[in-house]
Amino acid sequence: MNTKNLAYVRPEMIAPAPAPLSTRSASGWIRINLLATPKDAALTILAVALLVWLLPGMINWLFVQAAWFGTDRSFCTTAVQGGIKPNGWSGACWAFVGDRFQQFMFGRYPLDERWRPMLVAILFIALLVPILMPKLPRKGLNALLLFVGLPIVAFFLLHGGVFGLQKVETPLWGGLMVTLILSFVGIAVSLPVGILLALGRRSTMPVIRVICVTFIEVIRGVPLITVLFMANVMLPLFLPTGWTIDNFLRALVGVAIFASAYMAEVVRGGLQAIPKGQFEGADSLGLSYWQKIRLIIMPQALKLVIPGIVNTFIGLFKDTSLVSIIGMFDLLGIVQLNFTDTTWISPVTPITGLIFAGFIFWLFCFGMSRYSAFMERHLDTNLKR
Amino acid sequence: MTDHAAIAPSEARTLRSYIYDPKIRAIFFQILTLVIVVGVGWSIFDNTVANLARSGTASGYQFLKGRAGFDIGASLIDYSSDSTYGRAILVGFLNTILVAFFGIITATTIGFIIGIGRLSKNWLIAKLCTVYVEVFRNIPVLLIIFFWYKGVLSSLPQVRDSVKLPLGMVLNNRGLAFPRPVWGDAAWVIPIALLVAIVATFFVARWAKRRQMRTGKQFHTIWTAIGLIVGLPVLVFLAAGAPLTFDFPIAGRFNLSGGSVIAPEFVALYLALSFYTASFIAETIRAGIRAVAKGQSEAAAALGLQPSTTTRLVVVPQAMRVIIPPLTSQYLNLTKNSSLGIAVGFPELVATGGTTMNQTGQAIEVVSIWLAVYLSISITTSLFMNWFNSKMALVER
Repeated sequence: MNTKNLAYVRPEMIAPAPAPLSTRSASGWIRINLLATPKDAALTILAVALLVWLLPGMINWLFVQAAWFGTDRSFCTTAVQGGIKPNGWSGACWAFVGDRFQQFMFGRYPLDERWRPMLVAILFIALLVPILMPKLPRKGLNALLLFVGLPIVAFFLLHGGVFGLQKVETPLWGGLMVTLILSFVGIAVSLPVGILLALGRRSTMPVIRVICVTFIEVIRGVPLITVLFMANVMLPLFLPTGWTIDNFLRALVGVAIFASAYMAEVVRGGLQAIPKGQFEGADSLGLSYWQKIRLIIMPQALKLVIPGIVNTFIGLFKDTSLVSIIGMFDLLGIVQLNFTDTTWISPVTPITGLIFAGFIFWLFCFGMSRYSAFMERHLDTNLKR
Repeated sequence: MTDHAAIAPSEARTLRSYIYDPKIRAIFFQILTLVIVVGVGWSIFDNTVANLARSGTASGYQFLKGRAGFDIGASLIDYSSDSTYGRAILVGFLNTILVAFFGIITATTIGFIIGIGRLSKNWLIAKLCTVYVEVFRNIPVLLIIFFWYKGVLSSLPQVRDSVKLPLGMVLNNRGLAFPRPVWGDAAWVIPIALLVAIVATFFVARWAKRRQMRTGKQFHTIWTAIGLIVGLPVLVFLAAGAPLTFDFPIAGRFNLSGGSVIAPEFVALYLALSFYTASFIAETIRAGIRAVAKGQSEAAAALGLQPSTTTRLVVVPQAMRVIIPPLTSQYLNLTKNSSLGIAVGFPELVATGGTTMNQTGQAIEVVSIWLAVYLSISITTSLFMNWFNSKMALVER
């Protein structure tokens, strides 16, 4: 085809245009990401102003001015308040956290016996890490050891009274140890109970359905603190005369009941997302109800709701801090208890302690949410066809 | 059952076939469950009655009429230590509603800003909003309450060193005191003027919409509404001779007199609940907006709608469908979390109920009141939201 004589076809090449605004260089990146429009530029200036206003003061308070070492309150108070710092000083009192670190971890657990919670922690990590790594084999055995073996061993190790171990009553337990025990038991109980409740709620048997729906909706409709109060004041009333129930156990029961109801709703979401054909397919293969649930439905349903399950775990972990209201000394409770300790009383002690406790909670929760994101990606690739 | 019977006549059924019949099994398991539940329930009831008889506690709600004998720091209605337990619990309930109401408004505002900010193309804004969400949703709300209460609010000055703020407000460790309006005799006309303005706005809006449908002409309904609702009461107020004086707070050496005071406990609880819930609302908003397909805003742009109009008429209505159900559960969470006011001594329902429980020993009755109140809040909200949701839901033709 002859194109040379067509008036609308350009016979000569266009001169090369200048290279587009580089997106690689720093100035290009800034132009695109920070100053794209006048509104963006204004927002950027506002954000920078906010950071300039907040960050230097925070860094100064947290690190530069902070009292890192010391043995009592005088290191964290100004001359007027009876300390060694110049008047007008204000900064974090990390010396307080350093001095009380052991207490924040173990509560008032006897000093000589602290190897026992340490040992439990090491066992816990040794069993938890392999179960979190998808590549490692023998998940079933691992889970059995973690969720059945470890609680039994941990109970005898921590509580003592057998095998020549000194008995340590639960009121002496405290700190991060209690937070972790409460959340671990809550997690270990809530998942199976939640699955059973979710199955019950989807059951065709009206009596079982009504019981499960009532339980789930009542518990989800009230705040955790009322459930804890119920466990604390009403559980002893429910038991036959003469029976007593440990305070720690009451809190455990409250937390586990509460978490189970929330877990049930998450699992139900997964069950509803499974197409009917999966149930019918399992039925037509002649599987029994429990075989169908165990082999066909649950593996798919749980995979779908992993983010929801982890969110429930995170919520449960944060919610364990509420037991400090009913007089137990979890991490937050023990930090608070130290606010009134005359050795360290100072205007900056409470806020330093709270920042420390907040950081520990944050580490665990953020870790869990990162792991859930990783797991989601991992399982997602498996599903690709 | 009918086709089953057609294949195997009923006289041919053996005992074995009954055992394996799913219907008979279902009935058996339900009866078994019922027997267990009723048995456990009855034994709990029996034990409770025995335990109560042993401790000499009278059951029933008569204690609500007794004299409470404890003071409550913040109350919306008249209350003194001579009031009844019932009134104390009512005061707590109103305080719960108060903090939930203001908390929900603030949390929604912050949550919308942060949620939209996370989707911003501006890198710095998006990162700042992400940091906000990741920090606040990974820390227990109780800790945030303590943080505000111990860390920030208790570092406020003593009464005699009060900070004077504009408009006659005073800030010290008793809270924020502000001038209390004292209405004159003729003040009753102002609410009536407001009511008239709202009714008028309603009719104007209806007329404007009909006219737009008929002729296509638009009417500035929003500005008219603002003019009516703000302007009319102000005019009436001035016409009535401005029947309003203020009772200003005066900070003495040790005590505050006059004015109204917002207690630090309220502020700590309110700020903590708002900031904490806002991080969850932000995630809800973000997910909702991302759920609207990109083609929707592209199609709106192709129709020539401006970006702001696209957001208002195309993106937000569709995002709302996704946002509303989780948003409702966040509101309920905030309301339930307001029960943590007990930790800083804010007298809400659980705190006043707890004091009542400690004084009277009526554990079961108080817990039943808590359950009834929180469950009715939950059920009312979910009924309303189901109705709202069904109105908003996609109408498929």
